[in-house]
Amino acid sequence: MKNLWRIFSKGIISENPILVLALSLCPALAVTSSVITSLTMGLTVTFVISLNNIVVSLTRTFVNPKVRVPVYITSIATIVTLAILVLQAYAPQLYKALGNYLSLVVVFAIILARAESFASKNRVFPSFLDGFGMGCGFTLAMVTIGAIREFFGSGSLLGIRILGSWYNAPLLFVMAPGAFIVIGYLVAATKSLNKKREERQKEREAA
Amino acid sequence: MTQYILLFVSAAVVNNFVLTRFLGLCIFFGVSRKLNASIGMGMAVTCVMTLSSMLAWLVYNAVLVPLGLEFLRTLVFVLLIASFVQFLEMFIKKLAPALYSMWGIYLLLIATNCIVLFVPLLNADAGYGFTLAGFGMSAVNALGSGVGFALALILMSSIREKLDYADVPKPLQGMGIAFVVAGMLSLAFLGFSGMISV
Repeated sequence: MKNLWRIFSKGIISENPILVLALSLCPALAVTSSVITSLTMGLTVTFVISLNNIVVSLTRTFVNPKVRVPVYITSIATIVTLAILVLQAYAPQLYKALGNYLSLVVVFAIILARAESFASKNRVFPSFLDGFGMGCGFTLAMVTIGAIREFFGSGSLLGIRILGSWYNAPLLFVMAPGAFIVIGYLVAATKSLNKKREERQKEREAA
Repeated sequence: MTQYILLFVSAAVVNNFVLTRFLGLCIFFGVSRKLNASIGMGMAVTCVMTLSSMLAWLVYNAVLVPLGLEFLRTLVFVLLIASFVQFLEMFIKKLAPALYSMWGIYLLLIATNCIVLFVPLLNADAGYGFTLAGFGMSAVNALGSGVGFALALILMSSIREKLDYADVPKPLQGMGIAFVVAGMLSLAFLGFSGMISV
C-alpha cells in the first residue's frame, strides 16, 4: 500500500514533470495564460498518460522490443485524437483556445518517458497509478502557473475579477515573456523546496 | 514574390517559434549550453522541418483531404515525420558520413519533437491547397520557422556561454536562470509584434 502511494506521489513534487524534470515545457508556457485553459490541458494530459500507460502495460508481453517506440507513438496518437474529438464536440470554445497545442500532446516527452521507463516493465494497476500521479503533478504545475499569470496579468481568477478597478494589470504576464519569467522563478522555488525537504529527511535519519 | 518574403519574415522573427509560440523548448533549453552544438542543431532542425513539411503537405493534400480523413492528421503526421527522420538518418549515414558525425545525434532528438510537428499542422490549418503556390507557401513557412528557431537557439547559447561566469543565486542556477534569460529575449522579440500581419 505504501509502495503504491509512493508510485503515485512521486510525480507530484519530487519528480514533477514540469518543475523538476523540465519535460513537456511547450504547453506549460503556451496555454497557461488563464486557469481554465491550463486546467483543460492538464486534464487532457492526465487522461492520455494514464490510458497510454494502461495500454502499454497490457501489451508489454507481446510487443517486440524492436518496434516498441512506433507502437507507443501510435497508441499515444490514437488516444490524443480521441481526446481532441471529445473536446471538439463538448467544449468547442476550449478547443479553439487550445488549438494546435492539443495535437502536440502526442509528442510530449513525459508520456513517452513514462511508457518506456515504467509501464513497459510493470503491471497494469501500478502503471495506471504512475501515469495518473504524473498527470496530477503536471496539472498542478499548470494550474499554479496559470493562476499566477491570470492573477497578476488580468487581476482575475477563473475569469472572475478579484482585484478592483484600481489594479492596472501589467499585460506582460499574459504575454510570452511573462510565461518564461514566472516559470523560471517557480523552478527555482521548487528546487529550494525539494532541497529543504531532503535536508530534513537526512536530519531525521541521522537522529 | 512579396507574399513569400512577408511569410518568411513573419515566421522567422515576428512569430518566432521559440520565443512567442513556445515550441521546441526541450531542444532550446537542452542544447543551448554550447554555441557549436546550437549551430549544428539549428541547421539540422531547419533542414528536417522544411523537408518533412513538404512531405506532409503532399500526404495531407493528396491523401487525407480527398478521403475526408482530416481528423487523422495528428496521427499521420507523427508517424510520417518519425519514419522520415529515421530514413534521413540512414541516408546521411551512408552518403555523407562527415555530415552524419556532425548532425547524427541531433536527428533522433528531432524525430518526435513538437516544433517539427507544428509546422505541418499550421500549414494544414492555413489551407494551402494542392497547387504550386500552396506548396511554395508551405515550404517557405517551414524554412522561415526553422531559421527563426536557429536564430533564437544561437542567441540563447551565446548568452548562456557568458552566463557561466556570472554569479547567479543558488536556487536559480541551471534551468531557473535559463528561463528568465529566455523571458528577456522574448521581451526583445515582442518588439517585432504587429510589424507584419500574415
